[in-house]
Amino acid sequence: MSNKEKLLEVKNLKKHFPVGRNLSLKAVDGVDFDIYKGEILGLVGESGCGKSTTGRTIIRLYNATDGSVKFANKEITGKKSKKELKELNRRMQMIFQDPYASLNPRMTVKDIIAEGIDIHGLAKSSKERNERVYELLETVGLNREHANRYPHEFSGGQRQRIGIARALAVEPDFIIADEPISALDVSIQAQVVNLLQELQQEHGLTYLFIAHDLSMVKHISDRVGVMYLGNMAELAPSDELYDNPLHPYTQALLSAIPVPDPEIERTRERIILEGDVPSPIDPPSGCRFRTRCPMAMEICAIVRPKWHEAREGHWVACHLHNEEANETKED
Amino acid sequence: MDNILELKDLHVSFDTFSGEVQAVRGVNLELKKGETLAIVGESGSGKSVTSKTIMGLIPKPPGKIKNGEILFEGKDLLKFSNKEMQRVRGKEISMIFQDPMTALNPTMKVGKQIMEGLIKHQNMSKSDAKKRAIELLELVGIPNPDARVDQYPHEFSGGMRQRVVIAIALACNPKVLIADEPTTALDVTIQAQILDLMKDLQDKTGTAIVLITHDLGVVANLAQKVAVMYGGKVVETGTVDEIFYNPKHPYTWGLLSSMPKLHDHSNKLLAIPGSPPDLSDPPKGCPFAARCPHAMKVCVDHMPGYFELSETQKSACWLVDERAPKVNPPETIGVRGE
Amino acid sequence: MMKMPNNDITNDMFLPADIDTTQSEKISRQSLSFWKDARKRLAKNKGAMISLVIIIFIVIISLIGPHMNNYGAYKQNLHLVNLPAKIPVLEKISFLPFNGTEHGVDIYEQRHIKQNFWFGTDDLGRDLWTRTWKGTQISLLIAVIAALADLVIGVAYGGISAYYGKHVDNVMQRIVEVLSGIPNLVLIILLILVLQPGLLTITIAIVSTGWISMSRIVRGQMLRLKSEEYVYASQTLGASNSRIIFKHLVPNTSGQIIINTMFSVPSAIFFEAFLSFIGLGIRDPQASLGSLINRAYGVFQIHPSQVLFPSIVICLLLICFNILGDGLRDAFDPKLRK
Ligand SMILES: Nc1ncnc2c1ncn2[C@@H]1O[C@H](COP(=O)(O)OP(=O)(O)OP(=O)(O)O)[C@@H](O)[C@H]1O
Ligand SMILES: Nc1ncnc2c1ncn2[C@@H]1O[C@H](COP(=O)(O)OP(=O)(O)OP(=O)(O)O)[C@@H](O)[C@H]1O
Ligand code: SF4
Ligand SMILES: [Mg+2]
Ligand SMILES: [Mg+2]
Repeated sequence: MSNKEKLLEVKNLKKHFPVGRNLSLKAVDGVDFDIYKGEILGLVGESGCGKSTTGRTIIRLYNATDGSVKFANKEITGKKSKKELKELNRRMQMIFQDPYASLNPRMTVKDIIAEGIDIHGLAKSSKERNERVYELLETVGLNREHANRYPHEFSGGQRQRIGIARALAVEPDFIIADEPISALDVSIQAQVVNLLQELQQEHGLTYLFIAHDLSMVKHISDRVGVMYLGNMAELAPSDELYDNPLHPYTQALLSAIPVPDPEIERTRERIILEGDVPSPIDPPSGCRFRTRCPMAMEICAIVRPKWHEAREGHWVACHLHNEEANETKED
Repeated sequence: MDNILELKDLHVSFDTFSGEVQAVRGVNLELKKGETLAIVGESGSGKSVTSKTIMGLIPKPPGKIKNGEILFEGKDLLKFSNKEMQRVRGKEISMIFQDPMTALNPTMKVGKQIMEGLIKHQNMSKSDAKKRAIELLELVGIPNPDARVDQYPHEFSGGMRQRVVIAIALACNPKVLIADEPTTALDVTIQAQILDLMKDLQDKTGTAIVLITHDLGVVANLAQKVAVMYGGKVVETGTVDEIFYNPKHPYTWGLLSSMPKLHDHSNKLLAIPGSPPDLSDPPKGCPFAARCPHAMKVCVDHMPGYFELSETQKSACWLVDERAPKVNPPETIGVRGE
Repeated sequence: MMKMPNNDITNDMFLPADIDTTQSEKISRQSLSFWKDARKRLAKNKGAMISLVIIIFIVIISLIGPHMNNYGAYKQNLHLVNLPAKIPVLEKISFLPFNGTEHGVDIYEQRHIKQNFWFGTDDLGRDLWTRTWKGTQISLLIAVIAALADLVIGVAYGGISAYYGKHVDNVMQRIVEVLSGIPNLVLIILLILVLQPGLLTITIAIVSTGWISMSRIVRGQMLRLKSEEYVYASQTLGASNSRIIFKHLVPNTSGQIIINTMFSVPSAIFFEAFLSFIGLGIRDPQASLGSLINRAYGVFQIHPSQVLFPSIVICLLLICFNILGDGLRDAFDPKLRK
């Protein structure tokens, strides 16, 4: 892995939202990860753990509170010139969760898909623009008759594919897919996932694939990161993560997923976590997971576990796997 | 007759601007005492409409029940008056809705909401009802129930609210519990808690459950019988083992193989192409024909009847007919265990 | 129970059907844009369509009415004061007030008047037909100006406030709060101290505060739209502020804007009538519906017919605009209807 080229480097990224007076909601509170060129990095975690916020901060929909994001070796947080922003907007794209809210209901499919083409002036004539839109429609498995229709005439899966075509129109290198399949039917999810995989292979794309469904994330991703309450708990190649989860939260998450196989379900032992996720406004001290962790120790309440590479390519933040790092007190 | 609930040839439709939407087109279901029946299927296939019809909660208009019977302990609920239905609702049959955030009244104490049904249906005194409410909260695993009864819903988290909703549904020991996507809005770790709870409660109370979900994992975990719905019809029914290991309907095949398995390393999912049918103009033949990889000429124009495959398994697919060519299910189907 | 296959199903029907898989993505329904869809729904609404016809009719007749005779709106004739209405053919129908009688006496015959005054005359002998339609013109003119002001000021103000947010929004909303705290009537009386009562003053009065509700609606709507995913999508594509406002935010608010404009028309008409009625509005010899009613009100006991016609016109206008507004709301936002 390490010999591959890094496309995106995220270091100590933080995003705090102000709530009320003097309080802040720590939606993302110091996450580190890299994404290599041509890979799919999955990001999972429970609702509200900060996955979308991470994605939106990377793509500058939100301003980062702290930390750095490097894209192709260039820092992209903070003030940027118009030209740099335009370049960034072309190379980095996003696919959204809600197929009903992510397409403007007053625009035709053609205008929706061509929005990026118009903004970046990628077509010289309206004929070229049309051709490009038809081509994109066909790429995502729709046909050119669909171009003049309005979003409400399409089903959820079709809309999601229109959203994908819109992102592809500017020929990006990197796509953040924020739960692109959560709102879809099981049978339609597979269509979209297959399409995303095909596109990745054909165009050499890199994805950050956000979802809360660990089985789908594992299926599509090369590596998977697990988030909990604004922090990264564990990050590893997907098979490694599944076979060898180190963090107790990952272990619980894996055991909690019901699998579509009655025989396994009948005999399976579950790690049932007690209680609920604490509030990100006033997160627990030390390890964020300690209030629900079945293995929590004294130190977990005092010291924030260090994010380190426990094995090659397998990162984790947990005191159970952190012998030498425990000495250095931080936080 | 040990069917506690039986639906016979139920037809429900809605009048809308774009014409009549035939949401449920002839559904037959059977539920035995103490059993869990899961209804799975595509979004818009009529699962929620079916369950709301059982509860008498279809708004009329635009809804209308065009045909069919709903036999609860042998009596047809569709013939009940509003008054009689009110007595059945909550007492004999109760329902859990998908969204725990909107199912509770935000301006009413949680305890009061549980007590309501007890006072109405079981003529309990206030103090008895409160005692029972605390018991119920304890039963559904809410810590510190004495203090919690006097709190408002917004002081509860999503998972705890769903527990309260379950407590309300179980308050009067109903014979049938209908759960419409009870865990869809919850996180996996919370979902695991709730599923555990529902299994536990069923062991204790013997309530029969109709579980509506699109998560096949949840089905495998909780159900004994499964009904697969598509385009307003039940296309296949059977025990969980039959449906998961020996399904006969191509839609069930598609459903099972479009889900990735955690231990599975294959590269591609078997997607079902296309989109579900438009129920305002439903197809004449098999509703799945337009997306079915094995569709035959007969499928397009003729609705297949139910072919009985075993005591418990029925499939509405022409492929089961002896004149049809032999078709093998996708390889991933029928693999047991790891 | 196995349903026996019908006899008309033959073996050759069990051959694979050639279903074109590209067809599974096909949408058969006719393509409808938002506007076409809304227009269709509006056309189906009988009340709204009748109202629309009546409004158009009133507008047309108010334009051509004054030219249908040559009495003029301002010409006084002391021989012809306080005549009741008389229309040649309709005078034969006894229950209509067009036979030129008052308290059972035919005034025209009594005073030997050969001409016909369709709506009668006022206490200065001016033709009421002409004055009523002239007045309608003025009322409609004020309504249109008010609606335009609403549109321009309200939309711009609300839009800017919502889109730029933060401090801009804060300051702008405080200003609105102060403005909406001042009672309208106080504002008008202050205005009249400075300016002459008349068309200009009324217009300024209506315009100066009328846009507030529009700005609030636009602001609320835009705040909601600003965090819609399609706006985010446009931002990630690098769209400029003006593109986002004019391509995404404004078109999605237009339904609301039109509806609100429709409702601001009748309230402006009513407000003008009210002001004229209490004597703060249009001055004689100019006429508006309100000032006509005011003048006729003085002689209501003796000559009741004078108050009748302007009142009917104003009622029709108010009712029709309101029904049309309701119809538009249903057409643009079918979900709002119960
Ligand atoms: N614009 C905002 N203002 C204030 N708080 C926000 C905002 N956006 C998100 N949050 C909060 O930040 C936290 C993380 O939210 P985020 O949307 O990133 O979670 P998520 O992991 O994407 O969850 P989900 O699976 O529900 O999409 C949540 O507690 C959320 O309430
Ligand atoms: N009140 C209503 N008015 C009009 N149509 C309705 C109404 N309720 C349901 N329908 C239609 O009935 C059909 C079946 O809906 P239903 O809610 O039963 O689907 P479902 O199987 O529960 O789907 P999901 O998995 O999305 O909950 C849909 O096409 C829906 O549009
Ligand atoms: S009946 Fe025909 S179309 Fe329907 S599932 Fe069976 S084979 Fe496919
Ligand atoms: Mg999210
Ligand atoms: Mg439903």
